[in-house]
Amino acid sequence: MGEEPSSGAFDALSATALEVRREIIRMTYVAGSGHPGGSLSATDLITALLFREMRLDPAHPDAPDRDRLVLSKGHAAPALYAALALRGYLPRAELLTLRKLGSRLQGHVDRNKLPFIEASTGCLGQGIGMAVGMALDARLAGRSNRVYAILGDGECQAGPTWEALMAGGHYRLGNLVAILDRNGLETDGSTESIMGIEPVADKFRAFRYHTIEVDGHDFHQILDAFAAARAHTAGPTAIVARTVKGKGVSFMEGQHAFHGKPPNEAEARQALTELGAPGEVPPR
Amino acid sequence: MTPLGKPESLRDAYGKTLLELGGRDPRLVVLDADLSGSTRTVLFGQKYPDRFFNVGVMEPTMVSMAAGLALGGRTVFASTFAVFAAGQAYNFVRQSVCYNRANVKIVATHGGLLVGGDGGTHQMIEDIGLMRGLPGMTVIVPSDAPTTRAAVLEVAERDGPAYVRLTRENLPTVTDGSFRIGVAGELRAGTDLTIVAVGALVPRALEVAEELAQVGVQTRVLDLASVKPFDVPAVVRAARETGAILVLEEHSVTTGVGAMVAAATAENYPVPVRRVGVPDVFGESGEPWALLDRYGMSKERIRDEAWELLKLRGKVQ
Repeated sequence: MGEEPSSGAFDALSATALEVRREIIRMTYVAGSGHPGGSLSATDLITALLFREMRLDPAHPDAPDRDRLVLSKGHAAPALYAALALRGYLPRAELLTLRKLGSRLQGHVDRNKLPFIEASTGCLGQGIGMAVGMALDARLAGRSNRVYAILGDGECQAGPTWEALMAGGHYRLGNLVAILDRNGLETDGSTESIMGIEPVADKFRAFRYHTIEVDGHDFHQILDAFAAARAHTAGPTAIVARTVKGKGVSFMEGQHAFHGKPPNEAEARQALTELGAPGEVPPR
Repeated sequence: MTPLGKPESLRDAYGKTLLELGGRDPRLVVLDADLSGSTRTVLFGQKYPDRFFNVGVMEPTMVSMAAGLALGGRTVFASTFAVFAAGQAYNFVRQSVCYNRANVKIVATHGGLLVGGDGGTHQMIEDIGLMRGLPGMTVIVPSDAPTTRAAVLEVAERDGPAYVRLTRENLPTVTDGSFRIGVAGELRAGTDLTIVAVGALVPRALEVAEELAQVGVQTRVLDLASVKPFDVPAVVRAARETGAILVLEEHSVTTGVGAMVAAATAENYPVPVRRVGVPDVFGESGEPWALLDRYGMSKERIRDEAWELLKLRGKVQ
C-alpha cells in the first residue's frame, strides 16, 4: 500500500497469480465440480487485493481495523481459497478438500468456516449489500478500514445489486470499492445476448460512483485504480475490470461452458501445462 | 376470570422499547424501509438519527445491509411489514442473516389478516412458516404490548437472528409481561381441553375458555408467543393432562403454529389436535376483525372446534 510498487513487485504478483490459477485447476478438477471460468477471470483482482492493496494480517484475522473483502460473486471461491492459502490463511494441502464432505472449503464461501471470509455469499446480489453495511459500520465506529466487494457481471442483472449500489452512493461511502469482474459471460452465454448490462460503467456513474475502467489482468492498471479509489474520499469508487473468463487456459478463455463445469483429467493436464506446471495432475 | 385489558399498540411498545435499548447500547443500529411511521422505528430515528437508516423501498438490501452492520459486532434491528420482511426479502434473511449467523433482529409489523383494507397482497399469512423453517432463527409472535416489550428486550440480549411478528391492530393485555424465549405462557389452568394460541387470537382463546367454564369445562390456555424455540414439554404436558389440543393462529394453517403443534403432539403424545387459522387461501380487503370471522377464526368457530374435541374425548354429549 502507499508507495509506488517496484517492477519486481509486479513480477511477484504475476508469479503469485499464476500459482493461484494452477491451484484453481487442481481444486476444481479434484472436486469434480465448481466454477473455474469466473475464478480465473477474478484471479488477478484477488491477487492484487490480498498481496498488495489490502491492510491485513494472517496472524490476526479478526483485527478490528483490517480491510474487508466481500466476494459477492461467491462462486469464485476457488480463486479466493487459493490466494488465502498462498497468503498464509490456510494450509495449502487443504485446497484439495474443496467441496468435499466435512471440508471448510464450501462450494461458495462461508464466513463461519474460514478466517478472512467476512460474509457468506453465493446467492447473488447480497454480498454488495453486506459490504455496504460493513462500510457504514466502519464509518459509525470511526474505523479507517476499507471495504472491497467483487461483483460478477451476471450479478449486475439482479435488482438488489443496484439497490445496494444505490445505498453506497446515497451514503457517500468513501471507504467502499465495488469491483466488477466484467468477463462478459454468465452460465448460459454472454451477458449482452441474455440480458444486457451495458453501458455498465455509466450505470455506476449514475449511481454516484467514481468509476474507473481497467484491464483486469494488468496489475499496473489495477493498482493505479486502487490508488485512485483511496484518493477519492467523497464517495464510493467502482472499478470496472474488463477480464477474460477462463483467463490463462486457452480452451477455457471466453467459453461460458466453463462457468460452472470443472476440467476433466485431460483438460486439467493441458491447463496445467499451459500454466507452466506440466504433469502435476493430483489424484482425484 | 380477569377481564381483558384495554387494547394497546404492540407497535408503540416496540418503538418505545427500541428507545430504551438505544440508550442502553450506543452501538445498536436500526433500519427501516420507508415505513418507519407505521413500524414506529421513527421514535428511534428521531432520538438517534446517526444510528438510524431509512433505506427506502429496498427490503432485500435493508436485510443484507443489516447483516453487514451486524457482522461488525453490532446488534441491529430491521423493520418493515411482514410481507416485505419475510416475503420480499426471504432469501436475504436466509443467506445474509441466518446462514451468516448475523445478529439481526427483524421486527415485522402488519402480520396476518388484521392488516385489513390493504387486502390480500399485504396480508402476510405465510411468514411464521417461512421464518420457523430457517436454521438458527428465533421466531416470536407477541400477544400483547408487555410481551412485545419483553420479547424485544430478550432478542436484543441474545446473540443471533430473530424474527418478531407484530400485528397492526391494538390488542388487549393478556399477560403480565413475564414472557421468556422458549417458555409457553399458561394464561389459564384447565384439565378438559387445551387451547394453544398466538398473537391476536389469544384474547379469543381466553373468551372461549371463559364461555366453556360457564358449562363446567375447564380449558387450559397456552400463549405460544415463543414459536421457535417452542415449549415442547408444555405442549406434551397439555396433551397428557387435557387429552385434546386446539390451536389458534392468524396465519395459514398449512405451515403455521398448528402444524408445528400437531407434529410435536403426534411424535410425543398423540391426542386429537385441531387447527383454526387461515385456510389455504389469500385474504381480501375488509374490516380487520371481520376478516378474522370471515376466514374461519370467529369465536363461534373456535367454540365449535372446541366442542368437537370435547365430544371426541367423551367429555360432553
